[in-house]
Amino acid sequence: MDFRWDLVWSSLPTLLTGAKLTVQLTAVSVFFGIILGTFAGIARITKGPLKVLSAAYIDVIRGTPLLVQTFLIFYGLPSLIRRPIPAYVAAIVALSINSGAYVGEIVRSGIQSIDRGQWEAAASLGHSRSQTMGYIILPQAFRRILPPLGNEFIALLKDSSLVSVIALEELVRKGQIIIGRTFRPFEVWLAVALIYFVMTFTVSRFVNLLERRVAPES
Amino acid sequence: MKKLFVLMLTIVLSLGLSTLAFGEGVLKVATEAGFMPFEYVGAETGELLGFDMDLIRAVGEVLGLDVTIDNISWDGLIPALLNNNYDAVIAGVTITPERQASVNFSDPYFESVLTIVTKANAANITSLQDLTGQTAAVQISTTGDFVASDLQDEGGLKSVSRYDTVPDAMQAVIIGAAHAVIVDLPVAEAYLQANPSVPLKAAGAVSANEYYGIAVNKNNVELLEQVNSALDTLKQNGTYDAIYAKWFGLN
Repeated sequence: MDFRWDLVWSSLPTLLTGAKLTVQLTAVSVFFGIILGTFAGIARITKGPLKVLSAAYIDVIRGTPLLVQTFLIFYGLPSLIRRPIPAYVAAIVALSINSGAYVGEIVRSGIQSIDRGQWEAAASLGHSRSQTMGYIILPQAFRRILPPLGNEFIALLKDSSLVSVIALEELVRKGQIIIGRTFRPFEVWLAVALIYFVMTFTVSRFVNLLERRVAPES
Repeated sequence: MKKLFVLMLTIVLSLGLSTLAFGEGVLKVATEAGFMPFEYVGAETGELLGFDMDLIRAVGEVLGLDVTIDNISWDGLIPALLNNNYDAVIAGVTITPERQASVNFSDPYFESVLTIVTKANAANITSLQDLTGQTAAVQISTTGDFVASDLQDEGGLKSVSRYDTVPDAMQAVIIGAAHAVIVDLPVAEAYLQANPSVPLKAAGAVSANEYYGIAVNKNNVELLEQVNSALDTLKQNGTYDAIYAKWFGLN
């Protein structure tokens, strides 16, 4: 089989500009996703309308494909608000909302994994519920949700390829463009895979490092 | 338990294998059915319809081959041909030197030209130069994409948005994400005709003529000759003209 390594190398500069957008999209969306998810996760364990709202958000977003959510925001929303949404904004919104739902579940399970006795102990020491949450529960929960949060970051990094359908030239779309001119899918997709792997590997190492820094539970 | 496993395995395998076409006497064709009036999915039947579809079925008839057509993504067409997943591609593919470096094309079977589609209330556009500073929407890796990309490199266009299908690119202009679509004129006309309520209009021709060909793997020289001779036959016996008249009116 003729495998053209030169094509792998020569496509790297173009692919890296796409990877830059991939990283940008992921980083911004993870940021908003963590904020959204923290609120959703805490709301999930309250009582009352907030709990219902948060449960509905998490169920609907986790129960529908990211691809469909992206289409809905990019093609559907403009007709509702009567003004165009730039593809970049639509992608950030879709990815953040999507990620927020998953982070919400991670946060909820993290909080619930902390022994109930801690709540009671804090209450007996005169802490209010929000003090207990902020000073006692969340710091401990954070340590436990770090690994699944890292997974979510990696999943989002890979899922961000879906927004190529709204003409955002991230890593996958750059690959498609090169293939459209060279018709060498094997070489180009291999280069794309390589770049994704370098990115996800870096993230997972970084998360591992962070896990050790926040003191292991042993 | 073991029986159940065997049963399930049988079901899964038979489901999986039944989609694979085997045997001689079959012409396996790939297309991308977002290119009305050349190839599109019929609204009622779900069948693949269009000028190209009629033409390739007629070619199959001349050659005595059963034609099976799969609707796959545009950017996967030529790679699928190179992998021998298909015998031929007919999808309004313009014959270009770059593509000819990878696959062989039949004799041209259709003469086309690019146009510009804009919002109906936009200022009149008559040439590609009128798009200076604007965003063009195109189908990825089409001649419209190549023209737009060259224009952008020369500093004419502000940016190029590349979509998977022509309808996606049209939709981008409708929602205001791009100013204009650069696309084949017959396709623009068919789209506007099929969707009379969309607030879009098409300019006239804005590029040099281009020619569609049926693409075949370079190793399959025999098939290429057969397809060419079948196209000749169809042109001589009036079938080509009949198909043309059916989709584009009288020549």
